[in-house]
Amino acid sequence: MRGNSLDEKITRLLLEREVEDFIAREAALLDEWRLDEWLELFTDDARYVVPSTDKPNGDPKETLGIINDDMARLRGRVERLKSRHAHREFPWSRTRRFITNVRIKDVVAEDLFVTASFLVYRIRSGQVDPLMGAYEYILRRVEETLKIGSRKAVLDLEALRPHGTLSIIL
Amino acid sequence: MNLPELIREDRSAGVFRVHRSVFGSTEIAALEQKNIFQRCWLYIGHDSEIPNAGDFRRRTVAGQPLFWVRGGDARVRVFYNSCTHWGANVCRLDEGNAELFQCFYHAWTFNNQGDLVSVPDEAGYGSGFRKQAMGLVSPPRVDNYRGLYFVSFNREVEDLASYLAEAKDYIDLILDQSEEGWRVVPGTQKYGVRANWKMFSLNSLDNYHVRPLHSTFFKYTESLGTGDPPVPPPTEFPGAQGRALSLRNGHGVDVFQSLTRARPIAHWHPILGADAKEEISSRRARLVKKFGEERAYLMCNTNRLMLIYPNFALHDIAGVSLRYFEPAGADAMDVTVQTLAPRGESAELLNRRLENFLSFLGPGGFAHPDDIEAMESAQVGFRANGPEWIDASRGMQRDGTALDEIHVRAFWRQWHAHIMGAAKAERDHD
Repeated sequence: MRGNSLDEKITRLLLEREVEDFIAREAALLDEWRLDEWLELFTDDARYVVPSTDKPNGDPKETLGIINDDMARLRGRVERLKSRHAHREFPWSRTRRFITNVRIKDVVAEDLFVTASFLVYRIRSGQVDPLMGAYEYILRRVEETLKIGSRKAVLDLEALRPHGTLSIIL
Repeated sequence: MNLPELIREDRSAGVFRVHRSVFGSTEIAALEQKNIFQRCWLYIGHDSEIPNAGDFRRRTVAGQPLFWVRGGDARVRVFYNSCTHWGANVCRLDEGNAELFQCFYHAWTFNNQGDLVSVPDEAGYGSGFRKQAMGLVSPPRVDNYRGLYFVSFNREVEDLASYLAEAKDYIDLILDQSEEGWRVVPGTQKYGVRANWKMFSLNSLDNYHVRPLHSTFFKYTESLGTGDPPVPPPTEFPGAQGRALSLRNGHGVDVFQSLTRARPIAHWHPILGADAKEEISSRRARLVKKFGEERAYLMCNTNRLMLIYPNFALHDIAGVSLRYFEPAGADAMDVTVQTLAPRGESAELLNRRLENFLSFLGPGGFAHPDDIEAMESAQVGFRANGPEWIDASRGMQRDGTALDEIHVRAFWRQWHAHIMGAAKAERDHD
């Protein structure tokens, strides 16, 4: 990611555009509840993690968080959300995701370490609830395309209050 | 408001009803603050949260800003978080370790036993100023049962042990499962629910909703494969098939057999990982040896939903959870959830325990969001003027099963006694 020649700058710019575009596309899939397509963005060994609001840096292996999904559980989560018996999301809430400040922090072999700020609104049952924080992605290049190897959403909220759940994908 | 008529009970007809106004009335919410939250023992924390001298945690209990701290003398104390000079908070972090708490406003300084140790320009105070009487103030009563700490703002409250009544037996049944004691795992789930706090008390006891409301959770666990088969009770002792119980003083418990669900203590399921099988079966064997088949069966192969009246739920299901909640007005509440793990548990089983916990419980689990949806939906439903009552009659005329509402009625009877200004319900049981 270093270097200041024109070629290097253009390469970096293209990569940044590719990553921003990837994240915007992902947000659209989630806002449109195209969850099966969203799942296809992940590698098989990926994780989706949301730490608790008091231990944003806690290791989920030894710290109680809010979500700590491997792919089996993430697929289960999507399966559940598609059911009319996932009552918190039946009918589905409306969501709108604003994702900015996308930065490629590091590149190690095929892995891109990316951070971004998010503001996600969930709108349902007469309530508008904002959820804000930072994403920490590890994006991996697999056969020309980017895949999500790890996706962590760290909330800035001090508590899930007043809205009490993370029933949508954050 | 006609307080005596808020609950209607007809024992001969087996009917028990509660007037819906109890969930939205600000008048009742004010009475609850005065007659319940300023009167009962209220959970504040587990002693593993402040193991070392100087360790502290900040808490709000019944709206009161508090912090609790282990003093340099190893004693646990609870203080109102307010400087005795001009009132600012002296504890400004949720957790940490401190020898001294210095107020940031005028730099009055207190030690971790609450004594006022330093006052800038002390010479400016006259002869009536007594530094030793200006220490931090504690709530009138603080006590613990097996490391679970409670406070009471009522100097005259009965002793904690007598207040907990038969709930002590069930606390024992949970805490005895670990031979090396328990610790609170770092990480706290804090969230708001837009419903009256009593909905959480009731939902915490209620087993009747589990199958219909949480079908997606069971579908998920069943998709993972089958765990160890259900263990039948070793003998047909009373309650062997599960039951709902009043534990007196408004406390209650629902005990039911663990079927498809994992219990990290001693009921294996694929969600806990193949590696955990050995650790779990050897723990079960040790518990059988120590406590006998019957009690080990209850510990390992039954689940417990317990409510310590009024607002502390101790659940022993997919993990052991500590859930305490308090009103934020008549139609909203603040909830805090933590989990206990046995000290000395292997890193791998702890990891699986937490994953198992998160798959069912908490604001991002596969089940609890639907509890919250149900509570909030009921809160909206209570605005309807037509229907006047909620019903809590199940099982009044049969020997209680785990699906009955015996514990729910026990909660309501104690609640009603408090609202009426009495200390105790006339009857604890149906």
